[in-house]
Amino acid sequence: MRNVAAEVAVIGAGPAGLCAAYQARSAGADVLLIDENKLPGGQLFKQIHKFFGSGEHQAGVRGFDIAKALLTRVAESGVRVKLDSLVYGIQPDKSMGLLDAEENCLLRAEKVVIAAGAKENYTPFAGSTLPGVIGAGAAQTMIHINRVLPGKRVVMVGAGNVGLIVSYQLLQAGAEVAAVVEAAPRIGGYGVHAAKIRRAGVPIYVGHTISRAYGGTDGGGDCGAGAGGVEHVEIVRLDENWRPVAGSEFTLDADTVCLAVGLSPMTELIWMAGCRFEYIPAFGGHVPLHDHNMETTVGGLYVAGDVTGVEEASTAMEEGGLAGVAAAEALGYLSASAAARKKAEIAARLNSLREGPFGDARRAAKEKQLAAMARFCSCEAERGAV
Amino acid sequence: MRILRHPILGELTGLKTVTIYYGDQPISAVEGEPIAAALLNAGIRVFRKTAKRHEPRGIFCAIGRCTDCMMIVDGVPNTRTCVTSVRDGMRVRLQDGRQ
Ligand SMILES: Cc1cc2nc3c(=O)[nH]c(=O)nc-3n(C[C@H](O)[C@H](O)[C@H](O)COP(=O)(O)OP(=O)(O)OC[C@H]3O[C@@H](n4cnc5c(N)ncnc54)[C@H](O)[C@@H]3O)c2cc1C
Ligand code: FES
Repeated sequence: MRNVAAEVAVIGAGPAGLCAAYQARSAGADVLLIDENKLPGGQLFKQIHKFFGSGEHQAGVRGFDIAKALLTRVAESGVRVKLDSLVYGIQPDKSMGLLDAEENCLLRAEKVVIAAGAKENYTPFAGSTLPGVIGAGAAQTMIHINRVLPGKRVVMVGAGNVGLIVSYQLLQAGAEVAAVVEAAPRIGGYGVHAAKIRRAGVPIYVGHTISRAYGGTDGGGDCGAGAGGVEHVEIVRLDENWRPVAGSEFTLDADTVCLAVGLSPMTELIWMAGCRFEYIPAFGGHVPLHDHNMETTVGGLYVAGDVTGVEEASTAMEEGGLAGVAAAEALGYLSASAAARKKAEIAARLNSLREGPFGDARRAAKEKQLAAMARFCSCEAERGAV
Repeated sequence: MRILRHPILGELTGLKTVTIYYGDQPISAVEGEPIAAALLNAGIRVFRKTAKRHEPRGIFCAIGRCTDCMMIVDGVPNTRTCVTSVRDGMRVRLQDGRQ
């Protein structure tokens, strides 16, 4: 087994991992950035919308332009980048199993940053396993990265920001959106996004859900035409107790159902390393405890971005930066005062990203996560004192 | 369907194509794209049959995280077609259940 070593190993080259690698490297550390994809950037290249927030958060700039700038900075800084490489396991001593192309390697690093991102949630209903039922993010990937339309007529399930934005992006790409359905009594995402798709004539049914998808039953034969899959979608109204109202069903013709029902952190490696977790629904489920340095309960193991709780690309970049600075400081590449200055700047930007009607819930969730970490640390200290 | 024109991403030009086979059916694909994209572009969305009920299934996540898109690629089963690039002459087959 070949050995691979680095001072700092960053797992995942999305916005969080790129910023972590850049910060640690520019402080002087030797950094290896690993991603299983053939291209770096994570989910950022598929985000063609303009970012929100203030100027310092690159508001008004499109996601893929932010990604391009970030890649240039990382390349110029001298980060070693290993693509098409999967970290498939990690021990509590932080030694990792790495598949470098096809070769199995042992990866060791003094500091490890896990920035593996999130995966899309699924929701069951009759016919939900049929071909044509896909994630909203999958539609975004197919359209913006592969330039292939995943369907001609789509029903979007979920009217949060992802559901609304991807509906608009489907229209931009030339698909029809038959409807957006949302089980909650009101739209979850920004009003501006909802207004845009309403103006384009797309109905948004709040207090409704998908009850059934059905259609072609031939399954395409053993390698036949490949037909089979969704052709019709049944929608039903929900009462105030979220129960379907009998007789309120109606059917739409659609070949595709996009599920925009949330994301869950990709925490497998973090569990494997033995980190402690807290269940925080607002962040998409179980999330690893971490302190103000993004360090987990396993010393020298840092986390950043969606793995710490699903937020957005802007917060992922800031958290990544924080982890990179902290790792460099711990390795002695930054003085305590220089590191403190950098960390305070980043913390201020993170705070302003967690403001407003949508930010408040995330700020409360982050405070809960940090408090759980503080409790864990004080318990450990007590145990040590006994 | 290929999105040749896009209001923000612009026009797709100078595409290099290769040919892959879904069973015996030749399919034109763009060099370097994932198999799943080429199949969807050709209107094919049944990638496999589920293990217990043998029902048709296609892609879900398109980023290699759910394994819904597994097919037999050049004889290798359980290949995630959404993160495996096409190669000229490649043969992909529908996968029935676990292999
Ligand atoms: C499909 C999808 C679409 C999204 N669209 C939007 C959107 O339009 N707007 C928005 O604000 N937010 C969107 N999000 C939320 C999005 O996750 C954040 O905006 C941001 O991309 C999170 O950054 P990240 O660096 O934490 O994770 P990611 O960008 O997901 O990057 C994680 C990277 O880690 C790599 N990786 C994971 N595990 C391993 C491993 N074991 N070994 C090697 N590499 C690994 C992955 O290949 C990936 O490149 C989307 C999320 C998804 C999943
Ligand atoms: S569609 Fe999820 S792994 Fe390919």
